[in-house]
Formats: sequence, structure tokens, C-alpha cells
Amino acid sequence: MTEQSVTVAGSAVGGETVTATAPQDGTPDTRVSVKPKNNRAWFLVLPVVVSVAFTAVIPLMTVVNFSVQDIFSPDDRIFVGLEWFRSVSRDPEIRAAFVRTLLFSAQVLLLEIPLGVALAVAMPRRGIWVSVALVLVALPLLIPWNVVGTIWQIFARADIGLGGWTINNVLGIDFNYTLDSTDAWITVLIMDVWHWTPLVALLAYAGLRSIPDPYFQAAQIDGASAWATFRHIQLPRLRGVLTIAILLRFMDSFMIYTEPFVVTGGGPGNATSFLSILLSKIAVGQFDLGPAGAFSLLYFLVVQIVSYVFFTVLTRAGR
Amino acid sequence: MADIRLEGVGHSYDGGRTWALKPMTWTWRSSRAYALLGPSGCGKTTLLNIISGLLSPTVGRIWFDDREVTAVPTAGRNIAQVFQFPVLYEEMSVYDNLAFPLRNRKYPKAEIDQRVRRVSQLLGLDDHLRRRSRRLDPGRQQIVSLGRGLVRSEVAAVLLDEPLTVVDPALKWTLRSKLKEIHRDTGHTLIYVTHDQTEALTFADEVVVLNEGAIVQAGEPTELFLSPAHEFVGHFIGSPGMNVVPAEIADGVVRVAETDVGRAVGELEPGPVHIGVRPEFARLGGEGTSPGLPVQVMEVDRMGAYNLVHVKAGDHPVIAKTEADARFAPGTVEFLHLAPDRTFLFRDSVRCGSIAPLDAGEPLDSIAPLDGKGAP
Repeated sequence: MTEQSVTVAGSAVGGETVTATAPQDGTPDTRVSVKPKNNRAWFLVLPVVVSVAFTAVIPLMTVVNFSVQDIFSPDDRIFVGLEWFRSVSRDPEIRAAFVRTLLFSAQVLLLEIPLGVALAVAMPRRGIWVSVALVLVALPLLIPWNVVGTIWQIFARADIGLGGWTINNVLGIDFNYTLDSTDAWITVLIMDVWHWTPLVALLAYAGLRSIPDPYFQAAQIDGASAWATFRHIQLPRLRGVLTIAILLRFMDSFMIYTEPFVVTGGGPGNATSFLSILLSKIAVGQFDLGPAGAFSLLYFLVVQIVSYVFFTVLTRAGR
Repeated sequence: MADIRLEGVGHSYDGGRTWALKPMTWTWRSSRAYALLGPSGCGKTTLLNIISGLLSPTVGRIWFDDREVTAVPTAGRNIAQVFQFPVLYEEMSVYDNLAFPLRNRKYPKAEIDQRVRRVSQLLGLDDHLRRRSRRLDPGRQQIVSLGRGLVRSEVAAVLLDEPLTVVDPALKWTLRSKLKEIHRDTGHTLIYVTHDQTEALTFADEVVVLNEGAIVQAGEPTELFLSPAHEFVGHFIGSPGMNVVPAEIADGVVRVAETDVGRAVGELEPGPVHIGVRPEFARLGGEGTSPGLPVQVMEVDRMGAYNLVHVKAGDHPVIAKTEADARFAPGTVEFLHLAPDRTFLFRDSVRCGSIAPLDAGEPLDSIAPLDGKGAP
């Protein structure tokens, strides 16, 4: 019986080498599911379809309706075809605002994305300082937009604002955002960086936290420098969250309205007059619903196209 | 390559209140294949991370031969470590992954190429060098992780932390034989962490059993099986594990309940003791000539090649492994015979002696002699 039991243990050992097989290459799964088909699932989608139609599709169609008519009064309107689209796309003021807004968005992305990532890398990974850092970083995100505008409107003033006064009297640089276009531009840009870099930082921080420890341990074993660790471990694994951050920040900065409206009102001159500020002037100020409708649709289209391009490029880069 | 010596090394994660790894002195000898076996949370990974320098021990010193490395950071230790799941630089090709540790250490280009090609040949990665590493199957990814360790010259040891967890069973055998092959070809010291006894026993020259932060026994696989030095080793190695029956020593005689089962061998005080016997060495039969322990048959598991008979000695369950054609009916009373030399006594879980037949001169007809190779 001893002999028998020992050979049992032995055969378990030997069995492993016997059952060793060649590595299996993944063969495609060719199963086809056979399930009864009907269209009842549509009923589940119906509430969403109705509410989206009511809140988004129908209002958008109203705008489309406006954009192809010249409306003098509710009873007096004529169909003008694509006339408004033609005139809006040729309007020099709108074109200038378009270039301005695009430039603003580009600068926002170039500043906020690297800064946010740097902030996220610098934030502690564990310990009591994690929550302190998180709260501090998240603070600007909790402030309403028009309050952010008001804060900066006062902060950057040369006479009574802490920031503006310091720049003028301590650093000795002539700075006045109400008179100088460059100063106004810089003020709005820095305000946006202050307000929204935290969003990028939080997204990136969440991405960094999801990297398992062994990756960093392997990098240590491989003798990787801090830069090599960032470049080859952290950055590749941030691709997903950075795609989201870039899309969000592009869309949001391209449509920026409240803060510059509060700080500069679009001025001085047209220096900070972005597309949205111009659009609201045409739609609400002048009540030109036709051109405003055409303008809105083109605006919408540009945001869609640029976002699509960003998304495609960023996802392809990862393959 | 070097002997890795731990001198009083211990680690505590909570400032000394509890030891994740109790202070121990131990030497990993050069060029051997070790398996570090133990249940989850017993300190295996802690021990590994201390060797590779990812963790500084709370107490103790670490030596590679006669060089003290306690304060040397990971990068300076020349240790290769493979983790539970493949860790790759995913956007790099396999070639770049293998070259990465060398590039970080500023090796000349020609030498990098030569080393990478040698390792890729050794690991059978030649056809995959240009592929993005993340597109490989998990098994190959794990091989690439291993390759990144082997590519450096003078690797002191290769540490493997349950490296086959994510690999599917069919590939496991292939990978394990590959590891053995590499060990044979390169002669690196290997320390293979696992909680799977089959993996440990088939892989290693020497198995080190770790439990609750302490090494309880180390030895060749056969030794751990035939001669467990600790109750835990008896439980953990072997399936099913060793039976443990509470007993009493009085006047040099071991008795269970009211039955004398044998003479105690060893310097033993009278008092309570545990008898440990593997199912392989617990035999059922008639009263026979050796004093048998009356037991009640509860249940029989038919395993095909053998049967496992569950019996109760008093209140204590015991499992005996019997021939496939042995007939034991549940409910009947049989007699349990303990093989001398293979039945041990434990106190405080540590082995303290063994059992000898009551009368040394008596022939033990009912107990088949051991098949020679098992005898100590």
C-alpha cells in the first residue's frame, strides 16, 4: 500500500511533463448565438428618445428653422435658403472671433494639459497629504463661473486688485487689462488655467493611481530614471484619461462665455470677444435670429469636427 | 552570481507591533532553484521584495557573498524580478522591452544588440522581437518580463513572484519547463514564490516552507513529504494533508483515548502530544498483530487509482489512503495502524519525536514494509 501511495504521488509529478502541450495560439471563437428576435427592446429606449427629442432635437430643429428664414415678426417671415450661412461664414468679425477662439483653445490645451499632468505626478500617492492635496487642487472647480469671473475681475485690477497692483507696483510692469488687449488676453487665459487645470490634474491623478505598484517596482529593477518611468510607464497609461481631458477642455474653452464676459465683456475693443460672446450679442442683443441660427449650427459643427479629429488621432496613437 | 545571506532580517509594516516577516537568518545558495511555498499572506512577497531591495527590512542585514547590500537600492543589486502579472512597457516592441534595462545603464549599442539577441534566442522570442509587446499572449508577455531580468550580465538571482497565476493551464507546463531549462542553461539562482505545492515540488531543488512570517522547514521535496518537521508542513504539502490526532504520553507510551498505539521515541516529557501521520502511512485492517486503534468508517471517496477512507478515531477525523480495490463499508469498525518511521509526534506544532512499535521484537505483518527509497 505504501508503494501504491508513493507511485500515486509520483505519477502526479510525472503527469505534468506528460501533459505539457505546445502553446496554443488563440483560435477565433466561431460560436453563433441563436436567440429569438423581436423589436420589443425599443420600448426600453423610448423614454430616452422622447426626453432627448423634447430637450435637444426639437430645440435644435428650431434653430435650423431660424437659420433658413429671415424673420421680421412672428407673422412676417421669408425663406432665404442658405443665405445666412453664406453671410455668416464671410463675416469678417465672426471670422476674426473664430481665429481668436481657436487660438485661445490651443493655448489653453498647451498650458493646462502639461501643467495638469505635472501637478498630478507631483501629488502624493499615499499618506495623509493625499486628501489635503485633493481638496486644495479641487477648490477652483467648486467656484461658480461668474464668481470666478468676478474674483479675477477684481484680482487683476491695477488699482485695487492684489494681482494687478503687485504686477504694477512690485514687479514694476505696466499692466492694465481694461486698456491693453494683450493684458486682457493674458488675464482671461490665466484665469482659465487657474480654473480648469485642476480638472486635468484630477483626471490624470486618477489615471496615475490606477497603475499597479509592480510597474514602478519593475522600473526600479530596470534602473529607469524618473523621466524614463514617466515617459514609458505613466504617460502611456494616461492616454485614456488625457483623451477625455483634451476633449473636455477643448469643447469647454472653445465655448467659453461667462468668465471673459464678466472680466472684460469682450474688450478692450474686440480683444477677448470670443465666438460665444459674439453669438449672444447677435442672438440676444440684436435679436437677429436667422444669422444667429446659422452661426450656432456652424459653431456646433466646428466643435463636433475638431472633437472627432482629436478623438480619432488620440485613440489611433495608442494602437 | 552569489550566495544571498539574510542576517536577522525581519520586517514589520506597523512599526514593530506585528512581524510580517519574523527576524530570520537564512542563506540562498548560489545557482540553486528554490521554491518559496506558503499560504497567502505568510510573508512570501515581503521576503522577495526585501531581497530585491524594493523594501528595506525593519531589522537585519543582507549580504550578496561578502558585499553588504542592505542600503543598496534596487537598481544597484542586479536582481531580476518577475511579478504575478506581466509588467511590460506596453508601447514598446519586444526588442525595446528587452533592451530597456541596458539602455538605462548606458550599455554600448552593439553590446545591447548582442545581449538582446542572445536572450531572445534563449527564450524563443526571435520571431516576436519587432511586435508590440502588449499584443503578445499573456504567457509570452510573462516570458518577455523574465527576459528583461535575464538580459543583464551578472544577475545575482531571478525572483519569480507567482509568475504563472495569469497564464492559462495549458501554457503553465510549457512555461515551467522553459524556466527549468533556463535554470539549467544559465545557472542563475532562482527563487520561485508560489502557494501551489505541485508547482513548488516539481520546480525546485529545495523547497522553503514559510508560514506566519517564519521559515518552518526547508528541504528537498521528498524530505518535506516523508519527514515533515512542523505540523503546518504536513498539512500544506500532500493532498490530502497529514492527519493530526491528539494523544497522551504516559510512561513512554503514546495512547489515543484508551488505546496504546506505540512507544514514544525521543526525549519526551509525559503529557499531551499530537500524532501526525500522512494518509499514505495510515493503514486500515483487522486487529492484526500490532495494536490497532479502533476507528469507525464514515465515508469512502473513490479516486480511481486509490480510495480515501474517512474514519473517526473517537471524535477525531482521520483519512487513510487505501488500494482502489480495498473494501471498507461505512459504519463498520476497523483498526488503524500507524506506520513506524512515518508517524511523528508534535508539540506546539513542532516535531518532537516519532512512534515505534510497542514491542520492538514483534513482527508487523499487517504493515507492509516501506518500499526502500522512503526509508531514512
